[in-house]
This record gives sequence, structure tokens and C-alpha cells, in this order.
Amino acid sequence: MKVAIVQFPGTNCDYDTEYAFKELGCETQILWHKNESIASDIDLLVIAGGFSYGDYLRSGAIARFSPIMKAVSEYVKDGGKVLGICNGFQVLTESHLLPGALKRNEHLHFLSKHHHLKVVSNSNTFLGKMDKDEVVNIPIAHHDGNFFVDADTLKELYKNEQVLLHYCDENGEISNPNGSVDSIAGICNAEKNVFGLMPHPERAMEAILGSQDGRKMLEGFLKD
Amino acid sequence: MKAIVNISLKAGVLDSQGKAVHHALDALKFEGVNDVRVGKQIVLNLAQTEKEKALAEVTEMCESLLANTVIEDYEIELIS
Repeated sequence: MKVAIVQFPGTNCDYDTEYAFKELGCETQILWHKNESIASDIDLLVIAGGFSYGDYLRSGAIARFSPIMKAVSEYVKDGGKVLGICNGFQVLTESHLLPGALKRNEHLHFLSKHHHLKVVSNSNTFLGKMDKDEVVNIPIAHHDGNFFVDADTLKELYKNEQVLLHYCDENGEISNPNGSVDSIAGICNAEKNVFGLMPHPERAMEAILGSQDGRKMLEGFLKD
Repeated sequence: MKAIVNISLKAGVLDSQGKAVHHALDALKFEGVNDVRVGKQIVLNLAQTEKEKALAEVTEMCESLLANTVIEDYEIELIS
């Protein structure tokens, strides 16, 4: 399986993400944002975390207009799978490839810690191999992770099973670190080929570093 | 022509920064502050000299880049 990882100026989780997918046996390539096309044999495109363009104006707002993003939109239209992690999630909402927006964390602090997540919907490629209500331990590291959608859009998201993950405690009880609407940590688009989440599964690949639950999540993308 | 763009979170979208500033003003014993909203201001120096065209251009800038209309409102003031 071939995974391409988009790199903007300011992306800093590109090599962690590459490491994670290599661990899972994937072929990987880093795709500089000036590229205007995505190879047709790419099975998954990842927009990695970081601070693209220094988060100037709004997180992800300037990256959205990088040359590669036109190709990403085309790739999505053709049914290609895209995963946005952290800043990648912000870039995808700014690009309108995912609904909603990521605001400053409610208590204004930058959060960097492990947090538990609960699987809300597994009727999609990403979490298809996980159980509903399964709890995983994944690091979060963000300043603008406060997910916002209006009430009508929120209803739609639940109706279409687009809400992927809730923040919770180790027992699966809702625990909201950043003020996100309904404690939402990740969503997908209606077509279920674009996925975005604030937590970092690529940073939870081995038990010695605190958790290997990220493997379970990213393995969903692997071909059977 | 100069364009001043004021961007703020929409009414109904919680403004955490505004709330924190409000708390701080309360702590400093400034009384009578009912609400605080924190926004940002972007000042553009434009080559365009016609007001109507300038307004159209800046509106397009706001819609595509300067504001995220999912959560933000914007106001444009033109000074010739």
C-alpha cells in the first residue's frame, strides 16, 4: 500500500507519520506542497500535523491555497482517501473538504497530553476494524482543537454517521479537553473518503512510548 | 484607498478570548462591562480608487481567505 504525506512549510509531523505507516508495512513518500499532482497509484493521502505557514491568520487558512490542495480536491472528487491529522484536519475544514471549523481551545491553553477517545462510528474505512464504543489512548497536541459546527450540521453529521470519535476518559465517559461541540475529536465527509481528527495516532505506535493504540486506528486503512 | 477589515466570531459562537478578557477586567474592578468580544483587524492598502470596485474586491478577499465564514463575521470600512 502506498501512502503520500503532504508537507507544507511548518509541517512537523511528516516524518512521524511516515515512520508510522512504514511500521505498518506501507510504501511512503513525502509530497512537497508545491507539487500540483498526486500519483494515481497512491492509496492514501495524509495531511500531517504541524503549524503550516506558522498558523498565521487561522490554522490551515493559508495552506489551503498551496498548489497541492487543488490536486487534493480532485483526488477527493475521484474517491481518493484522505486523512488529516491535527493541522491536517484544520486544513481540510478550511478547504471545505470537511464541515465545521477548529477554534481556539476553550480554556485558551495549548494542550499536549495523552487523552482517551471513544469510537462513535465504524461504518467507514478508517475505523472499520475497530469496535463501536472502543476506547483508545492517543496523544493530543493542539491550540486550536475546539471543533465547531452549527446545530443543524451537527444533526446531519450524526445522521450520516460522520462523527468518528468522542473525547472521553479511560472508562469511556465523555471528557471534553478543549470545548469541542459534543466532545467531537474526529469526523469524516458524507462520502466517507475524507477523515479528520485532532489527536495523533502516529504518535502512539509503541507501548514503550505510552501507547500503541495508534496502530489499531491507522491499520484501518491497510488493504486486507 | 485603504480598507479596514474587522473580523470577529459570529454571535452565538463562544468567544473564549473575550470571556478571559472579561474575567480579567472584572478582577481589575472595572465595573459595568456587559460583554467582551475579541476580534482582529486587517488593514489593506489598495491600488483601486473606485469605492464600489474596492468593496467588491475586499468582499471577495474576505469570503475566500480573510474570514472563515463558518465561525466569523467581517465588516469592511473603506477610507479614500
